[in-house]
Amino acid sequence: MRIITYRQALNEALDEEMARDERVFLLGEDIAIYGGAYGVTAGLWQKYGDQRVIDTPISENAIVGVALGAAITGMRPVAEIMYIDFIGLCMDQLNNQVAKIRYMFGGKCTVPLVIRTEGGAGRSLGAHHSQSLEAWLIHIPGIKVVMPSTPYDAKGLLKSAIRDDNPVVFIEHKMLYNTKGEVPEEEYLVPIGVADIKREGKDVTIVTYSRMVLFSLEAAEILEKEGISVEVVDLRTLLPMDIETVVKSVKKTNRVVIVEEDCKTGGTGAEIGMQIIENAFDYLDAPIIRVAGADVPMPKSPVLEKLAIPDVERICKAVKEVLK
Amino acid sequence: MEITKELAIKLLKQMMQIRQFEDMIMELLAKNIAEGGSHLYAGMEAVAVGAISVINPDDYITSTHRGHGHAIAKDGDLKALMAEILGKKTGVCKGKGGSLHLADLSKGNLGANGIVGGGIGIATGAGLSIKLQKQNKVVLCFFGDGATNNGIFFECLNMASLWKLPVVYICENNKYAMSVSVERSHAVKDLTKKALAFDMPAESVDGQDVLAVREVVGKWVNYARQGNGPSFIVANTYRYYGHSRSDPRVYRTREEEKFWRERDPIIIFSNKMKEMGILTEEEINLIEEEVRKEIEEAVDFAIKSPYPEPEELYTDLYV
Ligand SMILES: Cc1ncc(C[n+]2csc(CCOP(=O)(O)OP(=O)(O)O)c2C)c(N)n1
Ligand SMILES: [Mg+2]
Repeated sequence: MRIITYRQALNEALDEEMARDERVFLLGEDIAIYGGAYGVTAGLWQKYGDQRVIDTPISENAIVGVALGAAITGMRPVAEIMYIDFIGLCMDQLNNQVAKIRYMFGGKCTVPLVIRTEGGAGRSLGAHHSQSLEAWLIHIPGIKVVMPSTPYDAKGLLKSAIRDDNPVVFIEHKMLYNTKGEVPEEEYLVPIGVADIKREGKDVTIVTYSRMVLFSLEAAEILEKEGISVEVVDLRTLLPMDIETVVKSVKKTNRVVIVEEDCKTGGTGAEIGMQIIENAFDYLDAPIIRVAGADVPMPKSPVLEKLAIPDVERICKAVKEVLK
Repeated sequence: MEITKELAIKLLKQMMQIRQFEDMIMELLAKNIAEGGSHLYAGMEAVAVGAISVINPDDYITSTHRGHGHAIAKDGDLKALMAEILGKKTGVCKGKGGSLHLADLSKGNLGANGIVGGGIGIATGAGLSIKLQKQNKVVLCFFGDGATNNGIFFECLNMASLWKLPVVYICENNKYAMSVSVERSHAVKDLTKKALAFDMPAESVDGQDVLAVREVVGKWVNYARQGNGPSFIVANTYRYYGHSRSDPRVYRTREEEKFWRERDPIIIFSNKMKEMGILTEEEINLIEEEVRKEIEEAVDFAIKSPYPEPEELYTDLYV
């Protein structure tokens, strides 16, 4: 199969959906001639023009508010928030308007809106350009939250998100854009809300998502050589969470390590862990272990930044710990 | 305006420090010695240097994501700034902040900011604090043209005008916010008009002319110090480098870049000082050499400095 980057996969998804449905349009900062801060929208403005690839002023709150207004009146906007760190600037629109409008209106409207954004550490960009804020978002009923780890998933999920009649926050990872993977030429979709077993194993289940899937797979590879068989479950969608797939794996391995890049306290892992306890407590042979980001703002210094997020070594250690 | 030799040397030296500092960072980025990004201030030196030269050491500034110039002009220590940008323990923020968060509160620099417009709230709050404490200080609030499209700008300028806060808002209009020109992103092209909404006095100035900046900012600083309230200045300027290292600058023409390079703030000022007989060519060259040494020392210091210890990850979060 053909191999392309995560960035290209996303670009193709946007391109195909724009070609397929005239109502789909893009808006965001520097997405037109610049092609997006991370190059995801490259070439689309040249192809679709000013009316469908709209550079906005630096007005995040308005970007989301305007996208919502367009979404409930016949369009299917895909808004880009350049860094998830700026999501705070539009959190009111997202939380109070986008997420609630359909429910408040008694189901009388649909909100076919995607907010693409990008998060995570790894580029030594400091506290305002490196955060993992997905836990804020999964606390908002009414939106969906997607975080793909591979080019294949990125493309299939973004296409599904654009076709979804619910608001979807689609979170990419800055360290994944250049990663490569198999992506078929033919059209396909990846359903939202379905986890994926990225590696089968029998001793321990790692539940993870986004870039940490790659770290977890590396750890699994190393542990394999030591005779430990690790199953890696990639959630892909955090909200709604596919707890069934997780539980199935837990019933097989009876041991769980959760790997997440966001801060540990109140993090996504806390929700994953609790759902496992609610649904599979009797199958657990050991307490669940979380490998998570440090509860600090992301430091600039590259040495501290590395310490602030999980690494392969810590994942391996946690797996051994949960097996004790 | 009167200009002494001492002042001329100070202004020229600071502008040269900023220029060479930024050129050096570009080199360090290219060699991967500096990680992460850096938004460089080269081309815009006269704005920070001119504006900050008219305030006192205990007055405040807030800076931006393009903050090296402001930090240097606010008496920043070149070594500590360079070390910060490399994420070193000896940095002005112990390596925790980096380029986007350069700050030195002991010098009245309330910080660069990774969030466009992020400093506007802080500056306005510092203005309120000055007023409540009945101090005689002022705040210079720097931000880009792009920042004037974010909500915080409108909310803060309204408050500042309503409460007559001693803040001079300085918009560095370098024509672009990343790739998006002022033409394509502002309903009013003359940005001074934005102040009309707040009944705030506004004036634009040639941001390549350090003396013009001094004059205009000086006037509004006095106005603020006398309790008359805030003002809004638009300094017309240009950034030489791309927005960040990876920017191929496809949104602007090489002719436009050339036009602005010919309006170089350092050359304009040097020529003027020579014409006025305040500085000679030799003196100017000497200053440039001196600055070169300072920058070399700063880089050397920064490269040789250690990274923070692992324990530092958890320090400084709470008191
Ligand atoms: C709230 C927010 N939105 C977007 C960005 C990304 N970004 C960083 S600098 C920049 C352009 C800023 O333009 P301007 O205010 O004119 O300052 P300049 O870079 O031209 O000095 C953008 C969009 C950001 N850092 N913060
Ligand atoms: Mg600008």
